[in-house]
Amino acid sequence: MQVTSSVREPLVTGGKTIKDVTNDIARHVEGKPTKGWLLAVAVSLGVLTIGALALVATLWEGIGMWGLNKTVGWAWDITNFVWWVGIGHAGTLISAVLLLFRQKWRTSINRAAEAMTIFAVICAAQFPIIHMGRPWLGAYWALPLPNTYGSLWVNFNSPLLWDVFAISTYFTVSLVFWYIGLIPDFATIRDRAKGLRKVIYGALSFGWDGAAKTWMRYETVSLILAGLATPLVLSVHTIVSFDFATSVIPGWHTTIFPPYFVAGAIFSGFAMVLTLMIITRKVYKLEDYVTMTHIELMNIVIIITGSIVGIAYITEFFIAWYSGVAAEQYAFINRATGPYWWAYWSMMTCNVISPQLFWFKKIRTSIVATFILSIVVNIGMWFERFVIIVTSLHRDYLPSSWAMFYPTMYDVGVYLFTFGLFFTLFFLFAKFFPVINMAEVKSVLKSSSEKVNK
Amino acid sequence: MERDKNFVLGVFDDEDVLLNAVKEVRSSGVKIHEVYSPFPVHGLDEVLGYRRSRLPIAAFLFGMLGTTLALLMQFYMMKWDWPMIIGGKDFGNFPTMVPVGFELTVLLAALGMVAVFMVSSDLKPYKIPRIFDLRSTDDKHIMAIDLAYNDGAEDKIKEVLKSSGASEVNNKSFE
Repeated sequence: MQVTSSVREPLVTGGKTIKDVTNDIARHVEGKPTKGWLLAVAVSLGVLTIGALALVATLWEGIGMWGLNKTVGWAWDITNFVWWVGIGHAGTLISAVLLLFRQKWRTSINRAAEAMTIFAVICAAQFPIIHMGRPWLGAYWALPLPNTYGSLWVNFNSPLLWDVFAISTYFTVSLVFWYIGLIPDFATIRDRAKGLRKVIYGALSFGWDGAAKTWMRYETVSLILAGLATPLVLSVHTIVSFDFATSVIPGWHTTIFPPYFVAGAIFSGFAMVLTLMIITRKVYKLEDYVTMTHIELMNIVIIITGSIVGIAYITEFFIAWYSGVAAEQYAFINRATGPYWWAYWSMMTCNVISPQLFWFKKIRTSIVATFILSIVVNIGMWFERFVIIVTSLHRDYLPSSWAMFYPTMYDVGVYLFTFGLFFTLFFLFAKFFPVINMAEVKSVLKSSSEKVNK
Repeated sequence: MERDKNFVLGVFDDEDVLLNAVKEVRSSGVKIHEVYSPFPVHGLDEVLGYRRSRLPIAAFLFGMLGTTLALLMQFYMMKWDWPMIIGGKDFGNFPTMVPVGFELTVLLAALGMVAVFMVSSDLKPYKIPRIFDLRSTDDKHIMAIDLAYNDGAEDKIKEVLKSSGASEVNNKSFE
């Protein structure tokens, strides 16, 4: 039974009926591509092409094209890897954790957020694969495949190998979760279509007919997948943080890394969801579905996770001092005052100070301010990974090995490649797939829409 | 009368009216073939008298299979097939097998459950579903009643559907 509250704000505004939901969302899939969309795809394909040149050069010549040296063996690539994986986390958080907590506002944003997760994980996976140097042989190094050396197996003691399993499981489960949610909406489009589109969306909809028994199973599957995805998403960034935390490098060897990385991931992921949704709702005129309530709630998540990240920075500093370990203390003083001080203070400004602005309701409910701050947060989170990785490595135990990392145009180019890839995939998704989960929005309409209530 | 051919369809606009109607139709002795909805209606499976889905059991069993396979694989590779000293650690080093064990549990539970769901609900890309009313994926709930299972009592069924709040009552036949 639906429970209607006279106190709560409606989740969908504008007095939409169930029919309106179908028309408003399916219209974008059925219409001809707009000029704006074609331009956007052209720009992202252009970025992808420029980046692909850098990628090909890196594969052809080897990773010596990057700015790495024997002291700083990880820099931009792993920074980008952790950054993209972190962005992915918000999608699973919205679709799985908010489902378990019965937060109905998730229904308007979960589809796009999950798409973002999948595309971000694809982008993230590029970096460790390219960093292997000869990725065409990488399957033998990363997967437990039988080989002619014995078989000489992969090392299950290594967190890098756990990462392979974590990221690939995360990608697969997210993809399946997303696709199960898409099936009923593809059926809606199939039943409105004629000709070739009916055939294509008919195949994509897997012959869905909306029978009550199938819906019952669908709901069971969604709930169990959410229950599986929740510990999974926490495990993924935990394992990513193990790549650093299980080492003996001062600045990495920290037990708070797992929760601190997970909070940072959700922080940057929500910022990316906001960046994408603010553009999508504007272009597709979906202001009645992604309302100010959604934006404000996401901004509150950003305050919470941003504050957790801020406390984690301070805790790290305190523990470095309190531990009395000279190398650890030096690593942190060097971060704040050494040659990479500008990266450290960019990180502190963007991640610790800027989200605190959301305490002001005026800023929290302003589209322009939210959009700008959502980008600032992601710049800050990129610097966080850069600071952790590069400043910890560039001062080696042996002062004669001390070095600096300077990115080359190939470092920048491969990063651009993933940007082009991400936005190309996102724009294709926004055109050919329903960007909002129609079936789920319809199911919360009655408890939320103004028109039906009155 | 042949089964699965001639149906009476009750069209409903509102999910709460539908839930009530399902109860009324069933208590009047009419057997419902199935209800088709554009979105999940909570409580519909209960009033239709469906048994709870056993998919959670499938997920659990596939998860157990994942844990077992993951641990066997790791013990086989690390301890029995080619033991190697890595950082002076034990060959059968259980704590480092937990992350991969967990991931494969989740992977097999998710994929296995979804596969069972696909098979049990007969979802496949090349399936052409039998659609009673195209609006059932848009904004209407369609209650389908097979005449063959109700002794062809067409007039009585239509009467019950109308009195329980159906906005339309139609006939549908399949060849």
